[in-house]
Formats: sequence, C-alpha cells, structure tokens
Amino acid sequence: MTAPNLIVTASPHLKDRDTTPRIMWTVTASLVPVVLSSAFFFGISAILVILAAMLGALLTERALSKPGTLQDGSAMITGLLLGLSLPPGIPLWMAALGGAFGIGFGKVIWGGLGQNAFNPALIGRAFLQTAFPVAITTWPTPGGSFFALKGDLFAFPFMHPVSDVVTSATPLGLFKFEQKLTSVVDLVLGTTGGSVGETSALVILICGAFLAWKGYLNWRSPVSILVTVFVASQVLHFLNGKYPDGLFMVFSGGLMLGAVYMATDMVTVPTTNKGRWVFGVCTGLIVVVIRVFGGLPEGVMYAILIMNAFTPLINRVTQPTVFGTVKLKEAK
Amino acid sequence: MAFFGFAHGVHPPEEKGLTSGLPIRRMPYPAEIVLPLRQHAGKPAKLCVKVGDYVERGDPVGLADGYMSVPIHASAAGRVSAIDLWPHPDGSYAQAVHIKVDTYSMQAARPRLVPRWEGLSVDQVVKAVQDAGVVGLGGAAFPTHVKLAPPKDYKVHTLIINGAECEPYLTSDHRTMVEYPERVHFGCRVMMHTLGVTKAVIGVEKNKPDAIAALERTKPKDLDITILPLTVKYPQGAEKMLIHAVTGVEVPSGKLPVTVGVVVQNVGSLAAIAEVFDTGLPLIERIVTVTGHGLTRPANLIVPVGTKLKDLLAYCDGVTKDASEVINGGPMMGMAVANLEAPVLKGTTGIVVLTKDEVRNEKVYPCIHCGRCLDACPVFLNPSWLGDLARVKRYQEMADNHLADCMLCGSCSYVCPSNIPLSQLFQASKVALRRIQTAGAA
Repeated sequence: MTAPNLIVTASPHLKDRDTTPRIMWTVTASLVPVVLSSAFFFGISAILVILAAMLGALLTERALSKPGTLQDGSAMITGLLLGLSLPPGIPLWMAALGGAFGIGFGKVIWGGLGQNAFNPALIGRAFLQTAFPVAITTWPTPGGSFFALKGDLFAFPFMHPVSDVVTSATPLGLFKFEQKLTSVVDLVLGTTGGSVGETSALVILICGAFLAWKGYLNWRSPVSILVTVFVASQVLHFLNGKYPDGLFMVFSGGLMLGAVYMATDMVTVPTTNKGRWVFGVCTGLIVVVIRVFGGLPEGVMYAILIMNAFTPLINRVTQPTVFGTVKLKEAK
Repeated sequence: MAFFGFAHGVHPPEEKGLTSGLPIRRMPYPAEIVLPLRQHAGKPAKLCVKVGDYVERGDPVGLADGYMSVPIHASAAGRVSAIDLWPHPDGSYAQAVHIKVDTYSMQAARPRLVPRWEGLSVDQVVKAVQDAGVVGLGGAAFPTHVKLAPPKDYKVHTLIINGAECEPYLTSDHRTMVEYPERVHFGCRVMMHTLGVTKAVIGVEKNKPDAIAALERTKPKDLDITILPLTVKYPQGAEKMLIHAVTGVEVPSGKLPVTVGVVVQNVGSLAAIAEVFDTGLPLIERIVTVTGHGLTRPANLIVPVGTKLKDLLAYCDGVTKDASEVINGGPMMGMAVANLEAPVLKGTTGIVVLTKDEVRNEKVYPCIHCGRCLDACPVFLNPSWLGDLARVKRYQEMADNHLADCMLCGSCSYVCPSNIPLSQLFQASKVALRRIQTAGAA
C-alpha cells in the first residue's frame, strides 16, 4: 500500500457544519424580509439609509481590522441593524457616520469580533442620538410614492437641514407627549411612523422565529424581554389606566427589533441560558421604566446597552452546576 | 428516570451503516507482529523473552509488573526477531517485541493456558483474568481484574454493561452483541459472580435494534439482566453519563463509579472474559472495525493484537485517493495516527480513515460566546470560559472550575462554530496542571 499524505490533528476529528460566518450570514439573510417590508412602507429612502449605514460599517471594518474579517459577516450585520434602527429621513452622511462609529468604537477598538462589551449597532445609534438629536427624531410619514425621497437624505455634512418634511410622531411619541394610543393592528402591520425597520413587528417576529427554529438564535432573551415588558406594563396599566397596556408596549417602537435581533447578539449578551433569562427580564424592566417614567419616549436602545454592561457579572453568577457536584455540597 | 439518556450532548453523523451489517471475519496473520509492552492503563509489562526465542501462540512475551499491570502474550507463533523502540499508535515510541510469524506453524496454541471458570474462587478468577492479560476493550484499556476486585469499603449493587457504542463509525461492539450475545451473557455471569452482585443492566443505544433483540433472545433465565435501550446521543457511552441514564444517580465529581455502588464494563471486554475462559487462550486478538469513507473495503475483523496498521489497511484493499487522516479509535475521541507502522493494541476499537472533506478546517475564528458549547457539555462545564482561561495559561483557575471533570469527549469542539480546539486546549491544560502539581510537590 502506498502511504498517502496523512495529516495529524487533535480529536475530535469531526466537526459540526455550522461556522461563525455561516451564523452571521444566515442572520443577515433572515433580515431580508425586514428590509423589504421597510422598503414597502418608506420607499427608496429606507433602502438608501440602510445602504449608507452598511457602507460606513463595512469601509471602517476594512480600513481598521485585519484583512479577511469582512468575510465573517459581522460588520455587515452591524451596518444592517443600525440602518434598520434609524429614521428613514435621516441624512445619509449621518447614517454612514453612525456605521463607522459603531464599528470603530463599538467593535474594532475592543479587539474585533467577539471582544466588544456593547452591541456595535446600538453604539452607533447612541452616538447619533447624542450628536444629532433632531435628525434622529424626525419621523417621516410612511406611504407615498416608492421613489419619493423622505426628508433630507442628501444634505451635506454639517449643513443646516431643510425641514420641509411631512413628519408624523411615532406611536410611542404620540402616547408620551399627546396621550394618544395607536391601534395594535397598525403596530403589528407597521403602518406607523418610526425607524426604517422597526415598524412591522409581525415581519420581525416571523424572521426571528425562523432563526430560532434553525438554531441560529437563542430564544430565551427575546422571549423573556417580550414577556417581561408585556406583564410589567399590563400591571402598570391595571394600577393606573393612564399607562399604556401591554400589547401596545410590546408591538410599538424598536422593542421587537431590539429583542429579536439585538438582545440576541451572542457577543454582548450572557453565554449561559440562565443568564439570558436574567438579561431579558432586566432589559424588559428597564424598557418599561424608561418608556413609562423616563423623559424619552423610547428606551430599548439604552436598556440593552445598560444590560450589556452587566453581562460579565450575569455570566459570573449564572455558571452551570457541574455534573456530580450537587451531591458533594450536600455531603459537606 | 423519565428517559434513559442524559441532558446536553451532541449528534454527530453516525456513519455506522458502512460496517454495521458486515459479519465479523478473521484477518489472516501478517508476516510480522509487533507487541508494545505498554498497551494498558497502569504499568507497562516486563519483558520476558529475548531475540531468537521461539514463542507459541499465547505464550507471554511480557509479564505483569505489579497489580496495576497485565501480561502481554504472543498473538502468533514465531521467532522473536527484534526488541526495540517502535512507533506506538499514541504518537510516541514504546519498547516492543517483534515476532516474525512462522508461516509453517498451524498457529495452534498450547491447550488451556487459562483454567476453566467453574469452581474457581473469587480471588482465583481475578488472578486468572489478570494472567490472561484482559483489559477494557472500550479504548482506555483499563486492567479488567482491577474492576473485578473493587475496594472493600463500598458495596457494589449493580453491574452496568456499556453497549452504547456512541462513537460514530465504530461497530465492533455492535457486531459482538449481534453475533456473540451468549459470550456477553457468559462474561456477565462471570463478573456478577466475582463482584457478588445480583443485578446487571446492559445499556444499548436504540440505533442497534438487532443487538437488543439478540441479547434479549439469549438472556439466561437464572440471572437478573436487564437490556436497556438508550437515547442515541454522543457521549452516551461515557461512564458517568451511562450510570446516570441507568440509575438516575450522578457520580460525585472527582469520585469513582464504585462510590455509588456501580461497576461499569464494556460489552467487548465481557465477551473477552468469556472467550478467555471458554477457549483457554489469553487475550491475543480482538474485534476491530476498519472503516471510513477513505477506506476501499470497510470491515469488522478479528485481528491479532500487534498487527501493523499498514497491514490492516492493506488487507482492506488500501485507502482511497482522498484519504486524509487515519484515526485510531472513534473520530470523536480517537487519536490521529502519525505512523502506519504502529500496531493494533488491545485497546484499539477501530481504525477510521477520514477523507479530505471530513477533516477539520484549519481556520479558527474568535469566540463569539454563542453558548453552544455550554449546551453540548455533558458534565455542565463552561467550555467557552475554560477555553479563554486556557489561552492565557490560568491553569489553577481552570482547576478550580472543575477542569478535572472534563473527560475530553470533544462535544464542545464538535459544536464550536468558531472551530476553537477546546478539547485540545483542555488536554494540554491538564498536562500543564499535572506538571505544575508535580513541581510543587517536589
């Protein structure tokens, strides 16, 4: 027998087919229906905002990271999620800047993929919220011609925006400042004002369920967030009718996008399953507190970022019980 | 116990269909046999022949060196042609006896090298099993006589027989149960008698219905033997997982199964005990699954211990063009063979030839903390965290977090999407820890 060219590796010699890039690209692909629904509601403006955010994220990753990291797909997701969380009329240069900031300060500066403590897309959005509070809270009305540009998409950097946009408040804003409730049907379908990708709760829910079924998404944190928000706000609503009810809270704002796609970012949420429950419940509570008692109409972004900071702590206290150690403790 | 399995674990492709339907056949004697003196857990055997000696089949070439050791016997008649350091399947070199097989010999052994079982006292059975060189045939090659005489401080109430064979590809235990179920039961009788237990449970994964049927059909009426179908999952055959599946009890961390009144033995070893008392020959051959998509003609073979892997593969018509890695043992816990001159040992369960498409990719991504390894680990460790600690060499902290409970089953590495060699890191950390502890003790 002729000796073949054999290799020698450590066991196990078999490997599950799933790889990190495959997970990232599957999540990216699962967002396609969300992108399409945003295009349906906001026309070409939504696509342009998403593309701008992605361009900023990808160029920054390419410029600052080691070669080859673009293929793992994580910068793509960051840009895509950021774009989906922005208003459809935001000037494109701001969206691109947000993507660049999210990747640069949200990820690369920590040491790249897997090292960052905070969700990069939300870091980018938090930066935009602080730097451009007006632009990021100008919500164009959905509908209209597909090719009609909403807002000041092509404004030059640092020029005063021309505000002749037809705007409408988001359901949460309406409620907070005008005490007006939007119907849950509108919320579920997404025919309301709001960010590019967060208006249609239904589409996001279906995409998330698909990912969870395929095993690419751990269902524990989204489920615990949604249940907590529903229960907590329902209790508040019961105590005092001026607070919104649970269904409104669950389907409005960025909660669905945040719970399904950002509170499941593996890097920045706890690794343990117990920890994911803790993370979800705490995030849900913070969302309700900010929305109901805080000065801002929406609090999903800050709730997730705050809980990201607690992730190492949650990991530490929710370590699994090692096989055969329960009896040991009893014996002592 | 609601179900006969365990939490966590993984589902690698089984690939057992390559050989599960093939009857066990005997491989002809090769031209040369190489017998390393280190084939079992414990102390290597002591050499007792010299170059030029003629040995009959079944004669010892190495004697047991103390209690935690067993002798090694010639697996074919012939002349000792050399005694040297020879490639060992674990990648090292070990002292080995070469026997040039006598082509004119009938290969008939001397009659009754092992006494009949009937009428032997417990101590005599233990002695006979040690003298016959019987070790666990499930891979670890732990001397069987030590298991037959557990520490007196514990009361053993159940004998558990491991027929799970959860490693992908391997079918040697499966075929043993299908073709020699009486031997399994006879070995079971010997062990139950010696241990003084009245209850035995044979755990078999559900994917071997023919094995379960064969065992049920031949079950002796006078013994309390239960055949328990187990969920098909890796590592179902790990000792602690099997005990948990059968009894519902967790073996305490860092303790031996005997502390919960259980002794576990593999079906292949039981069949070997039976064969030894039946034929009067010591353990000189074993059933090996030679398989893999990289092999031309997969087979279940009775192979003389000491057959070189290259002869074994050649008998199976060699490897295919895209063969890339030869594994000694199963693909999850087995070791890649670096040199095909290395021989089959008593503990060789199978030889698996993997193709280029099957072997692991070299590209490693950073850990994204997806938590899949936590869901896979059968002993509920946090491999992701331990892996982080291993890479910065914080071995003591790893020990504090139950590194010792890791049995290197490889489930974490199998599922890791970032292809991080977790299992390998833990093995290296265990070695490093031992080194630190010996240095501290000295």
